[in-house]
Amino acid sequence: MQAIRKHGLAAASLALLLAAAPPVSAAPGEQFLPLATYRVGAYASSGIPVWAGMIDYLRYINEVEGGINGVKLVWQECETEWTAEKGIECYERFKNGLNGAPVAVYHPNGAPAAYALSDKAAADRIPLITLGYGRTEATDGSVFPYNFPVMLTFYSEASVVINYIAQREGGFDKLKGKKIATVYHDSAYGRETQGPLKLLAEKYGFENIQIPVADPGNEQSAQWRQVRQAKPDWVFLRTWGVSTPVAIKTAARFGFPVERIIGDIWASSDEDVLPAGDAGKGYLALTPYPGGADFEIHKRLKEHILDQGKSDLKDPKSFGSVYYNSGLVNAAIAVEAIRAGQARFGNRPLTGDEGRWGLEHLRLDEARLEEMGFLGLLQPLELSCSDHEGGGAAKVQQWDGEKWNLITDWVAADRATLRPLIDAKSAEYAREKGVIPRDCRAEQ
Amino acid sequence: MNVFLETLIGGLLAGTMYSLVAIGFVLIYKASGVFNFAQGAMLLFAALTFVSLREQGVPTVLALLLTVLVMIVGALLIERTVLRPLVNRSQITLFMATLGLSFIIEGLAQGLMGAQVRALDLGIEDVPLFFGEIMVSQFDLVAAGTAVALVILLALLFNKTRIGISLRAVADDTRAALSIGINLNRIWQIVWAVAGIVGLVAGLLWGARQGVQFSLSLVVLKALPVLIIGGFTSIGGAIVGGLIVGAAENLAEAYLGPLIGGGITPWFAYFLALVFLYIRPAGLFGERTIERV
Repeated sequence: MQAIRKHGLAAASLALLLAAAPPVSAAPGEQFLPLATYRVGAYASSGIPVWAGMIDYLRYINEVEGGINGVKLVWQECETEWTAEKGIECYERFKNGLNGAPVAVYHPNGAPAAYALSDKAAADRIPLITLGYGRTEATDGSVFPYNFPVMLTFYSEASVVINYIAQREGGFDKLKGKKIATVYHDSAYGRETQGPLKLLAEKYGFENIQIPVADPGNEQSAQWRQVRQAKPDWVFLRTWGVSTPVAIKTAARFGFPVERIIGDIWASSDEDVLPAGDAGKGYLALTPYPGGADFEIHKRLKEHILDQGKSDLKDPKSFGSVYYNSGLVNAAIAVEAIRAGQARFGNRPLTGDEGRWGLEHLRLDEARLEEMGFLGLLQPLELSCSDHEGGGAAKVQQWDGEKWNLITDWVAADRATLRPLIDAKSAEYAREKGVIPRDCRAEQ
Repeated sequence: MNVFLETLIGGLLAGTMYSLVAIGFVLIYKASGVFNFAQGAMLLFAALTFVSLREQGVPTVLALLLTVLVMIVGALLIERTVLRPLVNRSQITLFMATLGLSFIIEGLAQGLMGAQVRALDLGIEDVPLFFGEIMVSQFDLVAAGTAVALVILLALLFNKTRIGISLRAVADDTRAALSIGINLNRIWQIVWAVAGIVGLVAGLLWGARQGVQFSLSLVVLKALPVLIIGGFTSIGGAIVGGLIVGAAENLAEAYLGPLIGGGITPWFAYFLALVFLYIRPAGLFGERTIERV
C-alpha cells in the first residue's frame, strides 16, 4: 500500500512537471533562441516583464510574420537567479543548440553571467548580446569579436547624462564650476562610469563627486548625508534593485530635490519608482528603451498576441512598462541580427559564427524601424567589426507618480571623446590575454 | 559638531530598524536554542500577505488582523510539520531545517502572491524634522517608537504572564521544564507565532521604506551583527546591539569611508561583531554557557 502511495505520488509529481513544462521541441530548420531567465530570487520582479516582452515578440514573429524569412524560432528557458554560476550552467546546456536547432546569438541576461561567459563564449564562437550592461571595452570588436554591448554602454550612458545636464544648464560652458555627484552601486557595474566621468569633468570643468552605496543598499542615510553636505547641482543615480527606491526616498528625507536626480538605465523602471511613492514624483531617468504602450509594435502585439490570450504577461498592467519594452528591444536585436546574417548565408538557421556576422552587419535605420514598428522605441543602429555598440543614445523620461513621460528625444553620447578610453582598455585586455586583434579594415 | 551629532542620532535611529529584525531571532533562539534562518522569509511573507490583502481592497485594520492570523496558522503548521518530527535532534539539524524552510516560504510567498515590487504606504511621512541644525527622520522616530513599544509588550509577555514564565523555564532548562509538565510543543507554537508577528511589524516598516519585494528577506543580514553584539538571548541586547551597529556604521561611513573609498557599511557591522566576539563571545547581554568537564 505504501509502495502504491509512493509510486502514485511520483507519478503525480511527474505529471505536474510535464504539464508545467513549455513546448520546446525543435524541428529541423528551426532557429534556437536560448532564454537564460530569472523568474525567482531577488531580481525576479525585474526579470518577469523582460521575459514576457521577449517571448511575446518571438511569438509574434513566428505566428504573424511566419518566422524570420520562413525560419521559425524555438526557445527554451533556464533559471539563473541572476547568478554567474547558474548563468554558466544554462549556457553550457544551451550552447550546442536544441534538437539540431542551432544557437546564433546568446543573451546572458545579467552582468555576473556576462563577465563569466565572456571568454568562454569567444572560445565556443557564440556571440553574446549584452544590451545596456557588460564590458564597455567590448565595443572594440577587433579584440572582443563575440561580445556585443549593443546600443548603450556605461561609458555612453555617462556621456549622455552630462550632455543632458549641459542642455538643461544652457550649454557646455555652463558646466564649469557645477557639482555633479554620482551615487553608485559599489560593484563592477557601479564603478564602470568613474573613468568617463573623470575625463568629462576635466573636459568641461565640473566637480565630479563619487559616493558608493554597498550592496544591497537598503540603508543609505550616510550616503545622502554626504550628498547634503556636498550640495551638488545634480545627482546621477547608478543603483540597482532595492537600492534605487531607497535612494529616492532617502534623498527626499534629506531634502534633495528629486527632479535633480537622474537615474541610469538600471534605475529607470516602474519597479524602481513605485515603492518610492510620492517621493518619486519628478524623478528623471535615462533609458534606451522608453516605457509606453503607444508604439506601433504594441498595437500589433495587442491585436495578435495579447487579445488572443497568447501573451506571457501575467500582469497586463506591465504591458508597455520599461522592462517589458526592454524585452521587446532585446528580442528585436536578436531577430534582426539573424535576418542580417540570412542575407549573406541564406534563409536557414544560423550558427554562432554566422550570428556574429549578422550582428556586425546590423543596420537599423529609421525606415527599417518604422517597418518593424519600433520607431521611437529603438534608436537607429549601425554595428560593425570595430563598433559593437552602434548606437550610444538614450532618451530622458520623468516619473509623474503613475507613469513615465518622455521629456527628450534621443540624446547622443560624445562617443568620439570616449573612444580613446575604450581602445586603451581593450588594448590592455588584449595584452593581458594575449589576444591578437582582428584587422577590422580587412574585414569590411 | 552638528554633523557628528546628526550622524550619531541618525545612526542610532536607523539601528532600531535592525533591532526590530533581530528581536524575531532572539525569541526563537531563547525558546529552542535554534538560529531561525527563516526569519527573513517570514518577514517577507508577512509583509507580502498584508500588501496583497490591501490590494484586494481589504481595510487596513482587517488586513493587519488577517495577516496576524495567517502568521499564527503558519507557526502552527511549522511546529507540526517541521519542528515536532525533529524534537530531540541536534541544534544543527534544526538549523538546517529552518534553512530549508526559508526557501520554501520564499518560494511560496512569490508563487502565491507574485514577485512584483509593491509600494507600501503606512501613512508615515518620511520627511526631515529639524531640531536646531540637526536633522532627524520622522520615519526613523516612528520606527524607534515602535521598537520600544514592542520591547515593552514582549517584556510584559515574558515577565507577567503564565505563558511567558513557561517560555523562560523552557529557555533555561528544557528537560526540567518538561519534567514539571510544560508543553514544549505549545511553547514552540506560541514563540513562532510571536516571532511571525514581530516579523510582520519589521516587514511593514522595512517594506514602507524600500517597497515590498524579495530583497526584504535579505534585511536579516543586518540582524546578524546586531545579535552577535547584543547576544542571542536578550531582547534588550537586540535593541542595544542595533543601536551600536546603526551608530557605528553611519559614523564609519562618514569619517572612515572617505579615507578608504567608501561603501563600508555592510562589512563594518561584521567587523565590529568580530571585535565583540573576541572580547565578549556571548555578546553584551547574552547568557554565558559554562560547561563542567
